[in-house]
Amino acid sequence: MKNLVFELLTNKKIAKNTYECVLCGDISDIKCGQFVNIMIDGLYLRRPISVCDAEDGKLTLIYKVVGVGTEKMANMEAGTKLDLLTGLGNGYDTERSGDKPLLIGGGAGVPPMYKLCKELTSQGKKCSVILGFGSMDEVFYEDEFKSLGADVYVTTVDGSYGIKGFVTDAMNMEYTYFYTCGPEPMLKAVYNKSTTSGEFSFEERMGCGFGACMGCTCKTKYGNKRICKDGPVLVKEEIIW
Amino acid sequence: MVNTKVTLCGIEIDNPIIPASGTFGFGQEFAELYDINILGSFSFKGTTKDPRFGNPTPRIAETASGMLNCVGLQNPGVEHVIAHELPEMKKIFHKPVMANVSGFSVEDYAYTCELLDKEEQVGWLEVNISCPNVHGGGMSFGTDPKNAAEVTKAVKAVTKKPVIIKLTPNVTDIAAVAKAVESEGADGVSLINTLSGMRINLKTKKPILSITTGGLSGPCTFPVALRCVWQVYNAVKIPIVGMGGVTTAEDVIEMMLAGATAVEVGAANLVDPFASKKIIESLPEAMAKYGINNLSDIIGGAH
Ligand SMILES: Cc1cc2nc3c(=O)[nH]c(=O)nc-3n(C[C@H](O)[C@H](O)[C@H](O)COP(=O)(O)OP(=O)(O)OC[C@H]3O[C@@H](n4cnc5c(N)ncnc54)[C@H](O)[C@@H]3O)c2cc1C
Ligand SMILES: Cc1cc2nc3c(=O)[nH]c(=O)nc-3n(C[C@H](O)[C@H](O)[C@H](O)COP(=O)(O)O)c2cc1C
Ligand code: FES
Repeated sequence: MKNLVFELLTNKKIAKNTYECVLCGDISDIKCGQFVNIMIDGLYLRRPISVCDAEDGKLTLIYKVVGVGTEKMANMEAGTKLDLLTGLGNGYDTERSGDKPLLIGGGAGVPPMYKLCKELTSQGKKCSVILGFGSMDEVFYEDEFKSLGADVYVTTVDGSYGIKGFVTDAMNMEYTYFYTCGPEPMLKAVYNKSTTSGEFSFEERMGCGFGACMGCTCKTKYGNKRICKDGPVLVKEEIIW
Repeated sequence: MVNTKVTLCGIEIDNPIIPASGTFGFGQEFAELYDINILGSFSFKGTTKDPRFGNPTPRIAETASGMLNCVGLQNPGVEHVIAHELPEMKKIFHKPVMANVSGFSVEDYAYTCELLDKEEQVGWLEVNISCPNVHGGGMSFGTDPKNAAEVTKAVKAVTKKPVIIKLTPNVTDIAAVAKAVESEGADGVSLINTLSGMRINLKTKKPILSITTGGLSGPCTFPVALRCVWQVYNAVKIPIVGMGGVTTAEDVIEMMLAGATAVEVGAANLVDPFASKKIIESLPEAMAKYGINNLSDIIGGAH
C-alpha cells in the first residue's frame, strides 16, 4: 500500500451515469484486480474504486454515479489533486488462466477486466470477454476490449444491444478458466453456470480499505477474509454464498 | 525543546498518543507504512475468551464527519492472540502495549485478563465494558454502575497490571459509572467508546447496518467525548484516557485540558493511515504555539 497524491488529467462521461477518469501519479505499486481508495473533499470515508488501467504513469478509473461520493467525483475538474491509497487488495492471479481465459464483467464490474485482459493478452493468451449491462445507453469499453484483440460479447438485459439477457446467457464458448466482477447476483449466477475454476471479485462497504478495521470480513471455506486485504478476489473453491 | 512525556498508571510513555482498539489491529498494517515505535503505545483489537466472527456485513456506514461500525468484536480468541498475534506484534513494536479485553460474563473477563496478565509486553489491561455492537455483553456491563464494579473487582483479582476500564457514553451519568469502578480499584478509565446510532439506505428503505444499529465515532463525537472526560475528571482521582474524534494535535491538547492523561486516536487512523504519526509530529509545534512546555502540566488544566 502507498498513500499518494494523484492529479486528475481527464474526467469524462462515457455512458449513462458512467465516468472515466485518468489520473497522473506513481503507479509502481498497482496490480490488476486491485483497487484504490480515494479521499473526497467533504466526505469522511474514502471511496474504493477498481483499477481499470495503469500504464505510463497514468491510472484509469471508471465509476458509476450512485451516491454523494461518486456524484462529487463526476464534478471534479482537470488539475484536481486527489489523495489515494494505492495497491490495495490481492488482485487477480494471471498464472492460473490457461490459454483461453474468459473474463466476465457486469456494469461497474467491467473496469477491472480491462487491465486483466491487457495482461493476459500480453502473455499470449486468447481472451473471451463478456460485458453485461442493463441497456444500450449503459454500454462502454466494447471497442477498447476489441482493440486488445479479445473476442467480445455484449449482453443487455432489455435486449436493446447485443445479446438479450444476462452475462450467463453468453457463457457458451470454450474456456480454460474465468475471472469475474459485478453485482453479487451476477457473480452467483456465473458461479452456478461455470464449468471451470475461476476468480470472483467482491464488493463490501469499507471502513479503511487496508485491513485494519475488520469492517469488510466475510466467511470463506479457507477461513475469515477481509475483502479489502485478503480479497477482493476470491477463488471459486473457497466461496460460501 | 518541549516535553511530551506523560505517565499513565505508573508507566511513562514518550507521548500521550495511543491508537484506539479496533482501529489499529495488532499494528501490522501500519508498521508497513511507518515505524510504530514512535507511538506512546497502542490498544490492540478487542479480545474475548472465545473466537468471534462478529456481525454479518454491512458493518460500516458513513455520516457527516464520522462513521458507524457494527464489527461486533471479531477476533480469534485470547489463546490465538497470545500464540500468534502477540509474537508477531513483538517483532514490530517494542513498548508496553494496551490489551483490550471484552466479555459476555464476569468470568469471561477474568479468564481473558488472567491469561493476558502473563504476557510481558502487556502494559495495561483496557477492559471494554462498553461495546454497543454485541448483544448480552460489552455495554450491558458498562451501563450499570453495579455491574461495572463487579467486572472491575473480578479483573483486579487476577492481575497486577494496571486495569483501565473503558466506559460507554450511552448512559445518563457517566461519572457514576466511573466512580463505581474507581471504588473497586480500577487504576484508570478510558472514554468514550462509540455512541449508539444508525443510518437508513434511502434506496432500499432499510437500515444500512446488518444489525440495524452501530457505534458512531469520528470528529462528530469530539464535543460529546470532551464533555464526558470533563465530567469524569470532576468525579474521580484515577487517570483518564480520553478519546472520541481526536484528529489533530490541537484536539489532543483540548482533551488533556479537559482532564485526559493520555489520548486514544480511533477512526482517524482508518481514513488516514498516517493520522497518529502526523499528530505526534505536530504535537511539539502545537505545544509551542500555546505556550506549553510540559504536556503533563496541562492535564485537567481547564478546570
Ligand atoms: C473493491 C471495490 C472496487 C470497486 N470498484 C468500483 C469501480 O471500479 N467502479 C464503480 O463504479 N464502483 C466500484 N465500486 C463501488 C464503489 O465503491 C461505490 O459505488 C461507491 O463507494 C459509492 O459511493 P457514493 O458516495 O457514490 O455512494 P453512497 O451510497 O452515498 O455511499 C455511502 C457509503 O457507502 C459506501 N458504498 C456504497 N455503495 C457501495 C458499494 N457498492 N461497495 C462498497 N461501498 C459502497 C460508500 O463507499 C460510502 O462509504 C467498488 C467497490 C469496492 C468495494
Ligand atoms: C471499526 C471500529 C472497531 C472498534 N473496535 C473496538 C474494540 O474492539 N474494542 C474497543 O474497546 N473499542 C473499539 N472501538 C472503539 C474505539 O476504540 C474508540 O473508542 C471509538 O472509536 C472512539 O474514538 P474515535 O472517535 O477516535 O474513533 C472500535 C471503533 C471502530 C471505529
Ligand atoms: S475495510 Fe477495514 S479491514 Fe477491510
